[in-house]
Amino acid sequence: MAATAGAGMAREPNLLMRIASRPTALIGLIIVTIVIVLSVLAPLIAPYAPGQIAVRFRLQGPSLAHLMGTDELGRDVFSRVLHSGRTSLGVGFAVVIFASLIGVTLGLVAGFFRRFDAPVSRLIDAMMAFPDILLAIALVAALGPSATNVVIALGIVYAPRLARVVRASTLVIRELPYVEAARALGVPTPVILVRHVLRNVTSPLLVQATFIFANAILAEAGLSFLGVGISPDIPTWGTMISVGRQFLDQAPWIMWFPGSAIILTVLSLQLLGDGLRDFLDPRLAKDV
Amino acid sequence: MLRAALNRLLGMAIVMALVVTIVFIIVRVTPGDPAAVMLGPDATAADIASLRQRLGLDASIPEQFVTYLGGLLRGDLGTSIFLNIPVAQALWLRAEPTFFLTIFSLLIATAIALPVGVLSAYWRGTLFDQAATTLAMLAASIPSFWLGLIFMQVFAVQLGWFNTSGFGGPGASFAERMHHLVLPAFTLGLISSALITRFTRAAMLDVLNDDYVRTARSKGMGEWRVVVRHAFKNALIPILTVVGLTAALLISGAIVTETVFGLPGVGSLIVSAVLRRDYPVIQGALLVVAGLYVLVNFIIDMLYLLVDPRVRY
Repeated sequence: MAATAGAGMAREPNLLMRIASRPTALIGLIIVTIVIVLSVLAPLIAPYAPGQIAVRFRLQGPSLAHLMGTDELGRDVFSRVLHSGRTSLGVGFAVVIFASLIGVTLGLVAGFFRRFDAPVSRLIDAMMAFPDILLAIALVAALGPSATNVVIALGIVYAPRLARVVRASTLVIRELPYVEAARALGVPTPVILVRHVLRNVTSPLLVQATFIFANAILAEAGLSFLGVGISPDIPTWGTMISVGRQFLDQAPWIMWFPGSAIILTVLSLQLLGDGLRDFLDPRLAKDV
Repeated sequence: MLRAALNRLLGMAIVMALVVTIVFIIVRVTPGDPAAVMLGPDATAADIASLRQRLGLDASIPEQFVTYLGGLLRGDLGTSIFLNIPVAQALWLRAEPTFFLTIFSLLIATAIALPVGVLSAYWRGTLFDQAATTLAMLAASIPSFWLGLIFMQVFAVQLGWFNTSGFGGPGASFAERMHHLVLPAFTLGLISSALITRFTRAAMLDVLNDDYVRTARSKGMGEWRVVVRHAFKNALIPILTVVGLTAALLISGAIVTETVFGLPGVGSLIVSAVLRRDYPVIQGALLVVAGLYVLVNFIIDMLYLLVDPRVRY
């Protein structure tokens, strides 16, 4: 009790200060921020338009004029990597939002209302029996290949993970005295769910969302690479690698750089997620 | 014990029933007529009607579901539209590369991850631990298809040690076929080792400070024996779990890796089925892979029951 009171009186460090106290998480945050800024500002930073064809400069290695070389149509790989980041990060972010909408709803319902717990939990188990890429491929095949459908498919794939985390936290929060007090005072259930439960599951949710963001970027790249995701006309890191593989022995840089962009982004998101988990959800910190 | 096993079996049956329902629904969420989508824009109305009848799509949804369930109970996964053979047969014909790729990848992953994870926990906080943890995280960040292409460029194109693609043709010997799996297996194995390393490290950290480990040390037992005989043996349950689940997930990794290396396995069958909109094959593959995953989970749970008497379901 004394500790709680003491902690209450002391000024609690905010999220950013906590991240700054962990070097790896800080590095992750800095790199993620740089990647996001570069992608958002791609039209301003990129020296060439992503679709600008210059066949006489095709398959040229990295140089001052083309920092990451050119592809089979003479397009600037650096400009395409920057623009592809917009699509890849955009899809990743949209997947997190969509998966959160489904996952949080399912998790809250399963965790808060006992009668829904068993059926929703079994549904979550069944959804998690499908490997990520396989279920995403099947859903995209059914819905048709497009950026929106990739987001829907990956959102459905990752929603059960979030649902499981939210359910576990909700089960604990439901029994806490302040939730019981709110019930006794006649506070409507939706208000309790949003104001008391949802607010207290944001920490584990944020940690999972970071990992899902990373996984969604990898999965989208995989789908694009296989040719079952976003249209090949739209540059993404996955489609760039898919095209680059045909020129593996002549111009390997076409696939080196988008691949490196994926690794850098996913790695930094994982570093950030690990750091967030360490102080936001310490119970899970030792598990993985 | 028997009661717990039966409880778990019932749980597995419920999950499997839901898996079957989800697979059935996925194909039916296709916007428009699945038969028209499968046949493409050049199909005539008669072709579409014929395919609808062949696939049973002209019946009501509940009737379709009953027919589908009846087929499954008889072991009938449907017939491939493009290959014109039963889906089960199509999957079986492509099983060899996927089976061996999964086995080799798992062997490579565990051969790397177990010693690295154990030593990383034992030398916690040292340079070795930091390097191992960082490398594991890096491995988990690499797209498998990208790593496969890099391996292909270095070991097949530049050094010429391996073939760039294929499974050795129809007359190839077993050894030749397996030679084609070396690069894909290392690609998948290295990436999968990341997860197993992290779980092994975490499981070992949990047990290394336990009383019985301290007691074993205080009895003067050699350090190596303490770590392997006492700590590792007790950390084995969570490690086995993640190894088992990795085995099931490797099938998913095989989809991409087989495509990169042109292996004629289940993974590439699924990709070609998606590109051709061969829904019965997609449906059958989903069901078999998810079924394997549920089965692996069940086996792990049963092993828990056998190994740890405290576990109850």
